Amino acid sequence: MDPIKEKIQSKSKETRQELTGKVLSYSAMLLILLVVLSIFVFVASKGVATFTQNHASLKDFFFTTDWSPTAKGKDGRPLVGALPMIAGSFGVTFLAVLFATPFAVGTALYMTEIASKRGRNFLQSVTELLVGIPSVVYGFIGLNVVVPFVRSHFGGSGYGILSGAFVLFVMVLPTVTSLTVDSLRAVPGYYKSASLALGATEWQTIYKVILRAALPGILTAIIFGMARAFGEALAVQMVIGNATLMPKGLLSASSTLTSVLTMGIGNTVMGTVGNNALWSLALVLLLMSLVFNLLVKWIGRKGRF
Amino acid sequence: MDVGKYDLNDTAIMQFDPKEKEMALTTKNLQVYYGDNHAFYDGSLQFERYKITALIGASGSGKSTFLRSLNRMNDGIAKVDGNIWYRSLDINSSAINVYEMRKHIGMVFQRPNPFSKSIRENITFAVKENGIKDKKKLDEIVESSLKRAALWEEVKDQLGSSALALSGGQQQRLCIARAIAMQPDILLMDEPASALDPISTLKVEETMMELKKHYTIIIVTHNMQQASRVSDYTAFFHLGHVIEYDKTKNIFTFPQKKATDDYVSGNFG
Repeated sequence: MDPIKEKIQSKSKETRQELTGKVLSYSAMLLILLVVLSIFVFVASKGVATFTQNHASLKDFFFTTDWSPTAKGKDGRPLVGALPMIAGSFGVTFLAVLFATPFAVGTALYMTEIASKRGRNFLQSVTELLVGIPSVVYGFIGLNVVVPFVRSHFGGSGYGILSGAFVLFVMVLPTVTSLTVDSLRAVPGYYKSASLALGATEWQTIYKVILRAALPGILTAIIFGMARAFGEALAVQMVIGNATLMPKGLLSASSTLTSVLTMGIGNTVMGTVGNNALWSLALVLLLMSLVFNLLVKWIGRKGRF
Repeated sequence: MDVGKYDLNDTAIMQFDPKEKEMALTTKNLQVYYGDNHAFYDGSLQFERYKITALIGASGSGKSTFLRSLNRMNDGIAKVDGNIWYRSLDINSSAINVYEMRKHIGMVFQRPNPFSKSIRENITFAVKENGIKDKKKLDEIVESSLKRAALWEEVKDQLGSSALALSGGQQQRLCIARAIAMQPDILLMDEPASALDPISTLKVEETMMELKKHYTIIIVTHNMQQASRVSDYTAFFHLGHVIEYDKTKNIFTFPQKKATDDYVSGNFG
């Protein structure tokens, strides 16, 4: 029989390699999918138990401010008003991103449009360094620098949403900056030459052409920053004051979903209403990160003009 | 054939009599350096008003470098020595406001580069930045620019839609419309049709023939048929030198220099 004909009809080392590769990557993908799915199922089943087993009211959870899950209210239901924490979480997140965005966009513009190669590399390293600092260090600096600063300049005890936002500002800055840098770099260079050739100045070009083209990317960067701020626990917990009360302003001690979770999870027994209520908070966190993800996807699709 | 064998200093550069013809732009001893690399040597060319001048030559001959120097697009990229005379001003001097100057010496690039904005906004962007805000006036400018770029009939019903949805040829004509919306004196075109198919190329060429009634055009092209079809004058560039500059007819039928002859007859390189 013709040896070539025979060979092209039989399996070889290459076909087996191909198969092994496929099996490996498919099983890795399946494993990840399984892990994510089980996290969701686990958190959801625990989080929902507060409402199904312990008969807490979903409306109370989102709209009332009494948080003491082990006690019961007049209607005999556990007091699981999570509004203070939800408000605290959104408060620190929005403030932090509000502070961070102008600095991040400015730094990113400097890095992409103005700085020399050396300046850019230097800033890049600084940004990466900021990402690498453990959050407990940020919290510690927050405790020793930010809290006294807020106390002496804005009043109050120094613990509160404002301090939390200041600490988170530094923590989300590198995320927002580096993602903004990526989106500015993705703007084709010929936009710039086109604009300059029309007689536009560098500033007009940056403001009207480059930033506009990079806008979806910058929004994505901001959302990633929000996701990071929303999920940060330790550093915030160290400076926010941890009072499960509705924040009266930016300077009163308050709490976030994450800070209540980290404070409380060690002090409750699995299966009790106190424990389940914390899982409900975790479920809210998980759903929020899902929302952030969907937002990023949506902007990515919408952003292409 | 050895391209290094031509004498780069043996040149034939046509000179205009300024009393007879009106010059839009004149370069004198223009030199361009990329760092230590001397990319363009001693270009002294005159460009007649309301004519199309083609710059031809092989890749790396310095023709695009020369063109980009004319409206200072090489600022910050290359060092340009020498003079560029425009309205009796040396626009290569550091005292020149390059942003104002570029409004009068526009440029169209090799690759169509519309902004990711609507067709209308692509044209109004620079006009608005230039201070014209009146909507009616802007609409007029959009219409007249698109008409001059021979694109109006194709896009008049979709001015609000994305410029990126247009075909390559339409995008390039939009870029031309965008450039002429600023009502420049001179249009510099850097291989404007090299990324286009033959039909789009033909349209862009027809557009250019129309445009030369109002503008002076200097075009870099790889395509010799294109140069011979559209241009009045042609300059042949070789290894950073202008070897020959003459009426297009003469360059393609009776070139004086051997390098030019070899290039236009395809015996080159």
